[in-house]
Amino acid sequence: MTNHWIDLKNSDVILVMGSNAASNHPISFKWVNRAKENGAKLISVDPRFTQTSTQADIYAPLRGGTDIAFLGGMIKYILDNNLYFKEYMVNYTNASFIVSKKFTFKDGLFSGYKEGDPDSAYRGKYDKSFWAFERDKNGNPKKDVSLKHKRCVFQLLKEHYKRYDLAKVSSVTGTPKDKLLEVYKTYSATGKPDKSATIMYAMGWTQHTVGVQNIRSMAMIQLLLGNIGVAGGGVNALRGESNVQGSTDHCLLWHIIPGYLSVPKSHLPTLKEYNDAYTPHCNDPKSANWWQNYPKYSVSLLRAMYPKTDQNVSYTWLPKADTGKTYTWLQLFDAMDKDEFKGFFAWGQNPACSGANSNKTRQALSKLDWMVNVNIFDNETGSFWHGPGMKPKDIKTEVFFLPCCTSIEKEGSITNSGRWMQWRTPGPKPLGQSKSDGHIICELTQKIKEKYAQGGVFADPILNLDIDSWQDQHGYSAVNTAKLINGYFLKDTEIKGKIYKKGTLVPSFAFLQDDGSTKSGNWLYCNSFTEKGNMAARMDKTQTPMQEKIGLYPQWSWCWPVNRRIIYNRASVDMKGTPYAPEKAVIAWNSTTQKWDGDVPDGGWAPGSKYAFIMRKEGFGQIFGPGREDGPFPEHYEPMECPVDKNPFSKQLRSPVAMAFAKEEKAVCDPRYPFVCSTYRVTEHWQTGLMTRHTPWLLEAQPQMFCEMSKELAKLRGIENGEKIMIESVRGKLWAVALVTSRFKPFEIMGTTVHQVGIPWHFGWQYPEDGSGGDAANLLTPSVGDPNTGIPETKAFMVNVRKAKEGEINA
Amino acid sequence: MPKAFLVDLSRCTACRGCQIACKQWHKLPAEKTKNVGSYQNPQDLSFTTYKLVRYSEHDVQDSVKWLFFPEQCRHCIDPPCKGMADDYDERAIVQDPETGAVIFTDFTKKIGDLNPEELCPYNIPRRDPITGIWSKCDMCLDRVQNGLLPACVQACPTGTMNFGEREDMLALAEKRLTELKKKYPDAQLLDPDDVSTIYLSIYPPSWYHKFAVASAKQPHTMNRAQALAKIFPALKHRVG
Repeated sequence: MTNHWIDLKNSDVILVMGSNAASNHPISFKWVNRAKENGAKLISVDPRFTQTSTQADIYAPLRGGTDIAFLGGMIKYILDNNLYFKEYMVNYTNASFIVSKKFTFKDGLFSGYKEGDPDSAYRGKYDKSFWAFERDKNGNPKKDVSLKHKRCVFQLLKEHYKRYDLAKVSSVTGTPKDKLLEVYKTYSATGKPDKSATIMYAMGWTQHTVGVQNIRSMAMIQLLLGNIGVAGGGVNALRGESNVQGSTDHCLLWHIIPGYLSVPKSHLPTLKEYNDAYTPHCNDPKSANWWQNYPKYSVSLLRAMYPKTDQNVSYTWLPKADTGKTYTWLQLFDAMDKDEFKGFFAWGQNPACSGANSNKTRQALSKLDWMVNVNIFDNETGSFWHGPGMKPKDIKTEVFFLPCCTSIEKEGSITNSGRWMQWRTPGPKPLGQSKSDGHIICELTQKIKEKYAQGGVFADPILNLDIDSWQDQHGYSAVNTAKLINGYFLKDTEIKGKIYKKGTLVPSFAFLQDDGSTKSGNWLYCNSFTEKGNMAARMDKTQTPMQEKIGLYPQWSWCWPVNRRIIYNRASVDMKGTPYAPEKAVIAWNSTTQKWDGDVPDGGWAPGSKYAFIMRKEGFGQIFGPGREDGPFPEHYEPMECPVDKNPFSKQLRSPVAMAFAKEEKAVCDPRYPFVCSTYRVTEHWQTGLMTRHTPWLLEAQPQMFCEMSKELAKLRGIENGEKIMIESVRGKLWAVALVTSRFKPFEIMGTTVHQVGIPWHFGWQYPEDGSGGDAANLLTPSVGDPNTGIPETKAFMVNVRKAKEGEINA
Repeated sequence: MPKAFLVDLSRCTACRGCQIACKQWHKLPAEKTKNVGSYQNPQDLSFTTYKLVRYSEHDVQDSVKWLFFPEQCRHCIDPPCKGMADDYDERAIVQDPETGAVIFTDFTKKIGDLNPEELCPYNIPRRDPITGIWSKCDMCLDRVQNGLLPACVQACPTGTMNFGEREDMLALAEKRLTELKKKYPDAQLLDPDDVSTIYLSIYPPSWYHKFAVASAKQPHTMNRAQALAKIFPALKHRVG
């Protein structure tokens, strides 16, 4: 989230799209209700009428996988009716930047496209240099603040979205025109300076081959309306796990190391080359260009791992990703299936149910020599070898199970969606011999070190890794690890006339150094555990009257970066530092103290002296986003599996750059698989259901795999409510209980009727032991993904539903 | 001072936190359930399910209404169940004079195997076929007496479940009713004068559940103990 949960209450309009927040983030509705009490409008856009829809002022159905068409129509509506916040757009976004002549967009393709070869995981690739800005002699982008230049971003935006008219959008999304208009009108009314609207989205937006561009579309709308950096605004990802924000910050994903630093690549063998490659340079003195500090953060991270080693040496010890290659989840399991590696740690996960295309995943596991399964219960992954269709005697994979304790049995922090790092003290002691993940990691590392001490290939990175600072006399220590993540001075250091002693904690990331004199496990968290104590453990509700108005509690827990609760907040004020929304001001320039009041500002510089978007090289919010793999403007493409063979927006039916594994069959307008399917969650279960299926009260409430479908579809297939039916895709099949409902309605798409069904993904064959729960929804989902992130497209793929044959279902 | 629940149905999102919290606090076992083509489970209240979120779907013109009804004992101010049970054993059902909570004891086994509707106009209590004991929501009296909210109220994230002094709950109910009436002309409080679990509905009560309001079938005749209690309130408390 750019903002945080409480801040939802400050919104004038709340759009819930790509999520079912009422069901999956129930507590959010405490704050949504507060907003509604203050007169806010709630909009629910979803293929299915959900728990969230029951609370909404406006419900608009849309066919799964057509969000960009829907949002593109909104962009056109905002532009056509001059509803954008012009001052904001000119001062804080790149609307005025002039784009190079090399940039073109023709019939669904941007310039710079090259088709992928059949063995590549991707359908194609763009050369992004075609989308550059025109630059002046100082290397700064050329601008036209009148927004009239025909190649300025604003004019290109108009040109791009002029195709997204109501009739075309409605024919693709299936959303009735009057509903589209109602949503557009209500939402874009917040383009007024003192109004704000927010978006609550989750996996309903990310899990598409256009997932990143779904979110880009919304970010662009928020920039046009001046809704970023303000109270009740922002782009708010509702995280799917309590600590998924924290795990991402600390490098859950393959392409980053802690603090969103880039994974080293094979063409960058030295630290200097690495830092040069990822440190942006800007010659405009008004751009803070915060990432210019990159070397301070990378060097401090290296020192956190190897405090006694020169960073130029320890950099060479880090593993390097092959340049040009990506290592996403789907590719790793593809590589596992091709026997490209032998061992696998399945740590706190259940890929046999959670990964797209479960049959492929389960088969891949059988190619391993060994697997270590670290979890609170055995699961479909650790037990894959005796799962459905497996022949245990033919499987060579040796599985080790390490039982770990649950989150409430250990100390540590959880970073919520709003970036709040919240400290948790342990509850009951771990059961039996189960241990915390920290203890398992430390003990394992210690053993590996002992082995390597006896000799081994390339032993330096392992032998020199400092794990003492993660521990105390009792082994792993969450407190010591949190301190290391914050960081220490490694020698007495003088900064701005003040001496900071060796061994003391670094006050904030502005103090980190690139010469090896500081160490910090994650620069973003530098300021969370200082000489003043553990900031995340604070529970002080003190606030100023200004903070009280927007529900901001600066001394309750701690939030990255540097306790800033609403990021990009310099965009909430005009060039003089006066809030656009005085009744819900985030920051305001105090001319007496010559300082900012309210939230921690995005840099303390005086108003107007620096551009607002300090994390961007040029300092501006990106309406034109030339950094993405699939184009600088979002464009509607059909999902990789889709019910139509035409895209009225262009000749490109599907994303030309999606991750798709060309050799795997896809159902496109295929009469065998005529219905759109989406997976989703229910309140009662969590992820693959490993914790919740083992919790009797939750299993009581949601005991079995089900498939929601419209009455019309049930009639078409002769299906009765409550009967067990079969769902099939190109990749697999499973049974489910039919849940026939008026909450799904058929869509009218380009003159034909398209049905959509929905299934939860929390079930698995292993538990309940009698098999009464059913199996994983991911048996049906395709191995296709977003070109930027590789996230699989599980929210729109094609299936058939039919009555079960005699004896087909044994459960 | 008498206590009351206000259940603001306009805010319920069917997260079922209340249903689970009730089972957790009372250490009640889970039932083996099946999906029968609905989100609702278990299908009915039982000896081990005191609180149940009921789901119902209604096609209204072009749109669908999906309604949720977190069902529980109403803790009637003059509980008909007690009137009935007193005929079998005055210790079977007692009413806490402080809060108004209607509490079932093990002596309810003397009541025998009745249709719950005979005992309760809201069809709430359920009998254990093995022990013959009847059970239902106890207002989490053990929690309330220790200054805690009932488990279902504590768990509710949306403000659907509210609990406090009856006077305060009635005031809150009136305030919410006034606000909701602007958008939902059918909004109403369900049997507010008779019960301590006051539901605020925004659609016709029968859309939520057959027993959302008291069943007309229930003969509201008072037995001897109830009649005496009406005349001598102190005596009624002594019975408890």
